[in-house]
Amino acid sequence: MAETLPPGAWLPIAFAALMGISMLLYAVLDGFDLGVGILLRRTEEEAMRDRMVASIGPFWDANETWLVLGVGLLLVAFPKAHGMILTELYLPVVLMLAGLILRGVAFEFRAKAPAAQKPRWDLAFQGGSLVAAFAQGWMLGAYILGFAPGWGPLLFSLLCGGFVTAGYTLLGATWLIWRGEDALQRRAVAWARHALWVTVAGVVVVSIATPLASARIFDRWFGLPQLLGLAPIPVATAGLVLVLHLALRHLPRADHRLDWVPFAATIGIFVLCFQGLAYSFWPYVVPERLTIFAAASAPESLAIILVGALAVLPMILGYTVFVWRVFGGKAKALSYG
Amino acid sequence: MDPILLARIQFAANISFHILFPTVTIALGWVLLFFKLRFNRTGDAAWMAAYRFWVKVFALSFALGVVSGVTMSFQFGTNWPGFMEMVGNVAGPLLAYEVVTAFFLEATFLAIMLFGFGRVSNRVHTAATALVAGGTSLSAFWILVLNSWMHTPAGHEIRDGVVHAVDWWAIIFNPSMPYRVAHMLLASGLTIAFLLAGLSAWRWLRGDASAGVQKALRTGVVLAAALIPLQILAGDLHGLNTLQHQPQKVAAMEGVWETERGAALRLFAIPDEAARTNRYEVAIPNLASLILTHEWQGEVRGLNEFAGQHPPVAPVFYAFRIMVGIGVLMLLVSWVAAFRLWRGGITRPLAWALFGMTFSGWVATLAGWYVTEIGRQPWLVTGILRTGEAAGPVPAATIGLSLALYLTLYAALLAAYIATLFHLAKRPGAPEPEALGGRDPLAPLPAE
Ligand code: HDD
Ligand code: HEM
Ligand code: HEM
Repeated sequence: MAETLPPGAWLPIAFAALMGISMLLYAVLDGFDLGVGILLRRTEEEAMRDRMVASIGPFWDANETWLVLGVGLLLVAFPKAHGMILTELYLPVVLMLAGLILRGVAFEFRAKAPAAQKPRWDLAFQGGSLVAAFAQGWMLGAYILGFAPGWGPLLFSLLCGGFVTAGYTLLGATWLIWRGEDALQRRAVAWARHALWVTVAGVVVVSIATPLASARIFDRWFGLPQLLGLAPIPVATAGLVLVLHLALRHLPRADHRLDWVPFAATIGIFVLCFQGLAYSFWPYVVPERLTIFAAASAPESLAIILVGALAVLPMILGYTVFVWRVFGGKAKALSYG
Repeated sequence: MDPILLARIQFAANISFHILFPTVTIALGWVLLFFKLRFNRTGDAAWMAAYRFWVKVFALSFALGVVSGVTMSFQFGTNWPGFMEMVGNVAGPLLAYEVVTAFFLEATFLAIMLFGFGRVSNRVHTAATALVAGGTSLSAFWILVLNSWMHTPAGHEIRDGVVHAVDWWAIIFNPSMPYRVAHMLLASGLTIAFLLAGLSAWRWLRGDASAGVQKALRTGVVLAAALIPLQILAGDLHGLNTLQHQPQKVAAMEGVWETERGAALRLFAIPDEAARTNRYEVAIPNLASLILTHEWQGEVRGLNEFAGQHPPVAPVFYAFRIMVGIGVLMLLVSWVAAFRLWRGGITRPLAWALFGMTFSGWVATLAGWYVTEIGRQPWLVTGILRTGEAAGPVPAATIGLSLALYLTLYAALLAAYIATLFHLAKRPGAPEPEALGGRDPLAPLPAE
């Protein structure tokens, strides 16, 4: 590949990597928030719902900021692609934003509005999480097919909506296994078992559809020798699914030492899927239409962002770790000082 | 309907909704820090009671600010793709700096500020409060830099039809930036001052005379009385700066059609764009010239010099009068209230007046932004990009659908926000001194 790269290509590559990492971080981090939201009304007990919300309360805002950074980097580094992608995805984007709005404000309103309205805000919380997750899956599906028009692609996109919803639900349930106790933890194990199999079906369907959608991607995966080099991705994914399956059969355990395992395994699956997708689409930012090199902004503007980002990202990482430690361990009830 | 018009309405609706909440949080963060520091210093539980109540308002406003802000960050791509393609090299880095320096900071430390009391030391908690306040102000700074650059572009050159950054210092410190940042930060301070005073006055009127309520009311009134003269000064300077760079906007604000010497200040009029004149004018002779040029006979350029190149006159003209009118009202109410508090205590009519002004900051801020933004038309970026050229290919029906969705959501959320503020205010705060046999600290002393 290296010999075909245009000069000065490292900047667009660096930005594509930064953007990809932000999107992945967003999917994992807000994924568990949305998953918990989707599960919120599976229980009627108010105390359990409060505990579920408390487990994500300190994190969701910072988690969502990765979406702002991801779409911001798309916008600043690849302005042409940004316009193209977001106008193609207009409807699911609007749906997602409406969902995120409902979910975000419900955090506050459910605790502060008159008590009689609480069930209504819980509904907004769950509905918003569900709509946002589904819309993100829809976008993923449309993106994979290169925004092909027609009913078939739309159906596929909606199917992906369902799969991503299942994936986030799995993340949310495994998060609750890690951060929850007693009854909540037991319920979470049951929720995770259900979500696991839909998620696996989704991973399989998308893995089959992506190479079929594009001859270029097909060659990229199934030509020799790459196939051998790539084999670890699906093998590792299958291994993690097995780990999850076994863990979910044996949890909860009395000593709680393995509570984190399902969550970590689920993150692993997300990371591997992301790698697979990134490999398929490289070097395109709009599949089959626009490469990251053709879409990039002027180098002097990219350079100044990079300087800023590299100076600040370690700080962000540092204080994020600090806050995660302050709010580590099993979720406790939240209250203002 | 015209998709460009729909996209503009949608953008205006989104940003108008968004700006309401940052306006609250930017200054409220500093006020909370003040409450916290007073508590640390004096150990007086009333300061902590005030903190506890207002931190709830902050959390609620912040959540609304965040979700509407996320919506904003997608607007550029979904509705104005031409904007980023043309000026992305300048707008991009400014937006990126806002995200990495401000958004992460405030979103992360917010958790400590809201829920960290008891989990971290008091020192760290105070520091987190300061970092959140600093983060919100930093957000405002970056976005206002971008907005100001769109009004008074500098430090760039155009190559192959695309704007390229040449001098970042000139871009950031573009000619209107200092005025806009100062005026907006003061606007936020005033909005909070009147919200503090108004909501506390309402609690007091309902019989909650606890010390926490009293402290919040005093803080609000004193803050308002101190900031409003500064705001009027900053507004005047801002107008003079605009006169230099966007004279057609000032002509629309003043309703001056023909270039004239010794122009009158129109207090009221109905601008008639078809006939290019004002109806039912009430004016003070020579005053506009004096304010704008500091000379009785100074020359003010009229709209007719900019035929076809000036904004729609009526909305700019009216919005400007709403903003300035509220500014004058703020001066009156806050000074009377400050005087009364100093001389003893507030009266019920005065408390009602403060309650009536609870959301006056919001109205003035929105009116101000309408002056600014509509006054910039037909340009999106002055002299570089027209609004119509930035629009995307999304069909009108789709935009209509999303617009309807947003409007419904925003109307419902705004109603829920205001209802919840008053619901929170209804809950009894700290023990009431009167119930404990103490004196109501806000009421005037009974005549001996
Ligand atoms: C509490 C809010 C508030 C109050 C009381 C005032 N303003 Fe204001 N004004 C704003 C809040 C605001 C604002 C929302 O912050 C704006 C919009 C953009 C900006 O920079 O500030 C604004 C814009 C704005 C502009 C347009 C600048 C431009 O874009 O060209 C002018 C000339 C003034 N103001 C002048 C005044 C004067 C003379 C006031 C005297 C009473 C005044 N404002 C009170
Ligand atoms: C914060 C309060 C703000 C309010 C209430 C506001 C309001 C408005 C309104 C009413 C318009 C429509 C003008 C017209 O179409 O005639 C507009 C246009 C616009 N404003 Fe602002 N604005 C604000 C701040 C900003 C900021 C900070 C930015 C940039 C970063 C910005 C960028 C734009 C853009 C891109 C348009 C073009 C779209 C259009 O003309 O409708 N605005 N704004
Ligand atoms: C086109 C314009 C704008 C965009 C794209 C935008 C974007 C955003 C986003 C994405 C957030 C959420 C940050 C988070 O996740 O924590 C946000 C919050 C915020 N915005 Fe805006 N914004 C715009 C206009 C403005 C204006 C005009 C101001 C003020 C002058 C402002 C001040 C703030 C502040 C202080 C916050 C954080 C506090 C809060 O949410 O209340 N923004 N904005």
